[in-house]
Amino acid sequence: MEVAIRVRGVTKTYAEGAARVTALEGVDLDLHKGELLFLMGPSGSGKTTLLSIMGCILRSTSGSLQIAGQEVTDLSERELPQVRLSHIGFVFQAFNLFPTLTAVENVEVALELKGIRGTLARTQALRLLEQVHLDNKAFAFPADLSGGQKQRVALARALAGNPEILLADEPTAALDSHTGRSVLELMRQLAHDHNRAVAVVTHDSRIADLGDRVVHIEDGAVSSVKDLRRPEPVISPSHLPSHSDPQFTLARPL
Amino acid sequence: MPPLARRNLFHDKIRLAVTLTGITFAVVLVVVELGLFLGFTTTTSGLIDHSQADLWVASRHIPYIEQGALFSERKLYQVRATPGVASAEKYIARFANWKRPDGGHESVQVVGFNTDQAMGGPWNIISGSVADLKRPDAILVDDLYWNKLGITHLGQVFEMNGYRARVVGTTHGIRSFTTSPYIFTTFKNAQNFTDLEEEQTQFILVRAQPGVNLQQLQSNLQSRVHDVDILTTAQFSSMTRFYWMFTTGAGVAVLLAALLGLVVGIVVVTQTIYATTVDHLREYGTLKAIGAPNSYVYRVILQQAAMSAVLGYALGITVSLFVVHEAQQGGAAILLPWPMALLIFGLTLLMCAIAAAVSINKVTHLDPAMVFRG
Repeated sequence: MEVAIRVRGVTKTYAEGAARVTALEGVDLDLHKGELLFLMGPSGSGKTTLLSIMGCILRSTSGSLQIAGQEVTDLSERELPQVRLSHIGFVFQAFNLFPTLTAVENVEVALELKGIRGTLARTQALRLLEQVHLDNKAFAFPADLSGGQKQRVALARALAGNPEILLADEPTAALDSHTGRSVLELMRQLAHDHNRAVAVVTHDSRIADLGDRVVHIEDGAVSSVKDLRRPEPVISPSHLPSHSDPQFTLARPL
Repeated sequence: MPPLARRNLFHDKIRLAVTLTGITFAVVLVVVELGLFLGFTTTTSGLIDHSQADLWVASRHIPYIEQGALFSERKLYQVRATPGVASAEKYIARFANWKRPDGGHESVQVVGFNTDQAMGGPWNIISGSVADLKRPDAILVDDLYWNKLGITHLGQVFEMNGYRARVVGTTHGIRSFTTSPYIFTTFKNAQNFTDLEEEQTQFILVRAQPGVNLQQLQSNLQSRVHDVDILTTAQFSSMTRFYWMFTTGAGVAVLLAALLGLVVGIVVVTQTIYATTVDHLREYGTLKAIGAPNSYVYRVILQQAAMSAVLGYALGITVSLFVVHEAQQGGAAILLPWPMALLIFGLTLLMCAIAAAVSINKVTHLDPAMVFRG
């Protein structure tokens, strides 16, 4: 499978006064096209930090990052937004919709950023809303939508411009279990049917069965990787093969 | 383009009201202060600017028109005999004591001019005429000062420095900077009203022949007529304005108030636009996270600021026009010529741009990773 995001030896430390806090340490991870990958772990384990680095929103302290085969580790702050714009769609826990814009206009903003404007933008935005089964709410404002509907709008916005990577941070946290599951089923469909790489940070173990792989993060490092497409047991770090096998998350022992 | 800036601006009606109130307040403040400054400045030199003279002959080193010392009218003939002079007339602007019908006294400034020539006379005459001044004791008084002087109707007779004065006409909007109203009359009457000796004058107004080089004529007059200054109307106007505005400190105070108004305006507008930006910080963070370059976010903020500026200016200038109109009825001169209205529109845009720049600074340092924090 083609690698969409390659993370190698990524470490992230924060300075808190005189002390230094290590949020991630030596994380290796490949995200492939056509797969739905879950990043799971307890609060503060570093999974959102990892997602932020994978999304070129946060810079790692050390290590390297490749997006769609392009080395982006040393790109400038001016260049990173273009990488995000070209390759990545984001879905946020709190939806982060623009409350003053309708559902279709929310999607149009993302399309406009990608250079699609006017009638074409409106047509594509409506099509994306249709794709997430929300075409009947296209002209509703976020305040008039349920949590699940908001998240679908956010999903449609993330799909604007057809990015090959979708990164979602706790997309089901603000939803009930039924709605959350339907949103993740949609993401799974987007990964499988459109050969898209989808990574989802979640606490919700009930929906873990929807993923293709589940990566557990603990104390800033990958503690285990579970491939649900293969009838294999959980692989602990000590059993992991070398970096050469991109199918697996490679983590340094803590 | 999705109307993010417009929707953000109009979404929160209370915030919009606060923003527009701030800008409107700032615009009115600046209009009133700058308008007062302009009004005061214009008023100080009103007699000079409307004199229709090309040159003024005045006593040496005169700082402003009210300070003109007397000199012999023989100089008038020297002036008239100078090549290039089309006409020259005596002119006076001196203080006198006005007695009100109720027994009270007011200081007035008697302006005496030759009614046969179109130099130094009143303007904006709304009743009576310059010709009416040829009658003995006849005077013209601006309607702004009728109450102050106790005038109730045309033809009313008053006492001025012990002489009888009859109101035969009215002007409108001729304000005096010194608070002593102008009383227009003939030079001969003015001599009486101000106890001026025969064969004396305070100024000589000169009109040049068509095509004559004014600077050359000024130079010729200066060399032929001794112990006086020859000033162009523009020079005398500037000197008078400068004296009242800057030497006395009156203008500095008004100018400082205008600057203060501008600063207060900038602070108010900056605060409100900054608060609006902070309200939408998460949205700007989202825009940056999904790949919007800073320039896109700046554009949204600038559009919001520009829309605020245009709306606030429209409201502010409307209120200002009302204030200016009301001031026309009173003693305070607040002027709002269209170039100043344009300037203030520019200032409003500048205020909003500065406000936007402060907001932009906040957004520039916004960490897009904030979108992942709950």
